[in-house]
Amino acid sequence: MENLKKTPLNEVHRALGGKMVDFGGWDMPVQYSAGVIAEHLATREKAGLFDVSHMGEIHVDGADAIPFINSITTNDVTKLVDGQAHYSALTNERGGVIDDLLVYRFAENKLFLVVNAGTQDKDWDWISSKRGDFDVDLRHASVDYCQIAIQGPKATEILQRLTKTDLSAIKYYHFATGEVDGVSSIISRTGYTGEDGFEVYADATKAVQLWNKMLQTGNGEGILPCGLAARNTLRLESAMSLYGHELGDDISPLEANLGWICKLNKGEFVGRDVLLKQKEEGLDRKLVGFEMVEPGIARDGFPVMIHGEKLGVVTSGSPAPYLKKNIGLAFVPLEFANVGQEIKIDVRGRLLTAVIVPTPFYKREK
Amino acid sequence: MSNIQENLRYSKDHEWVSVEGDVATVGITDYAQEALGDVVYVELPKSGDTFAAHEAVGSVESVKAVSEIFTPIGGEVVEVNDAINDAPESVNNDCYGAGWMIKVKMNNPGETDAMLSGVEYEEYLSANA
Repeated sequence: MENLKKTPLNEVHRALGGKMVDFGGWDMPVQYSAGVIAEHLATREKAGLFDVSHMGEIHVDGADAIPFINSITTNDVTKLVDGQAHYSALTNERGGVIDDLLVYRFAENKLFLVVNAGTQDKDWDWISSKRGDFDVDLRHASVDYCQIAIQGPKATEILQRLTKTDLSAIKYYHFATGEVDGVSSIISRTGYTGEDGFEVYADATKAVQLWNKMLQTGNGEGILPCGLAARNTLRLESAMSLYGHELGDDISPLEANLGWICKLNKGEFVGRDVLLKQKEEGLDRKLVGFEMVEPGIARDGFPVMIHGEKLGVVTSGSPAPYLKKNIGLAFVPLEFANVGQEIKIDVRGRLLTAVIVPTPFYKREK
Repeated sequence: MSNIQENLRYSKDHEWVSVEGDVATVGITDYAQEALGDVVYVELPKSGDTFAAHEAVGSVESVKAVSEIFTPIGGEVVEVNDAINDAPESVNNDCYGAGWMIKVKMNNPGETDAMLSGVEYEEYLSANA
């Protein structure tokens, strides 16, 4: 445990009763004293606060910032305007996913990438190796930043009390720079919960101040600090991919239903020819959502059986605290990837019936 | 700090038993429920099933994890707590009461003598957990 990395909020998590676990080399709270179900429901019904400071931040500055990032990611960076962000994927030559990420555009010559915690060193090496003759400066700035996500129907109201920036003017997947409790921040209307809310990036030394202030300010609304377990169940109900589960070096973003972030006509990018070929020839397998019909819980890695054969695997499976069902995501052969298809999940040797359902499992009312 | 009740016997797998005559009531300890987190599903055997000591009789699933339940004593299941199907959270809220799991008619009531007392279980936890 000695070598685990810590976010600037580590002591705060412990003081709040956080149950700390090793998450990809980071010492992170999996839940606090309220427990995963209460945290999950608070985020759906009120507000949840998440320390996501372990995520990686990379600055891309220079005249070629846009063409460079466009050449290594699947989404079309030329479509971003200042103050806008998009979800994208870093792909390898095989069309597999090195990581999924957010790309923020501050200016034509200034982009900001937010990547996963456990993959950030791999990402950094890959991105640096692709720089070639592009006129860009790259800076791996993770340690400089904290990132705190405030999510849920009450998130905007709570955060608005701490900032003069008009949050209602920030559209989904847009951001502004402003002050939160007097601390200069990037205020981004993004998240990983399926709820409305914000992700706030600020100087790492201000993490404790921002966290405590947000918790305090949302106390009346019933805000709860939320750990990684709730973060996972919230994203799963919303059928959002998690790297290492639905995404990986040998998984195509097209298989993972991320065709919407693969702009194959935008011009050349790493892995584009493979993705194009997959699109023309059709995929072998596809990610689907399923719901258990028989009592039992599908977990990550459980085999998916169809007509008595192991034809797929559960990538993420869990009880869904808000929906009160047992749900999961799984890769299955394309021919069976249809809503209503019955499948069996091998739950420790017992074959339990599940059915493929539309995703997302949960969609908030707007 | 785990809640440990002195009148119960404990296993190193974090089950407790309470003995009345030759029938033992079995559940999981406060330490076990705390480690699991929010319990959402409990799979129990049926009345009439028989088990040897230390056999797996079912499982407890929380949002994050699954853990097998081992019976510390051998015998025949004479009653199962069906109420926890509808209220699995009672395993978290009242693990020594409403969260009990099965009642076993013991083949050999002496088996509980080999189990840990509350004090011994507490020592075991501080040494191993």
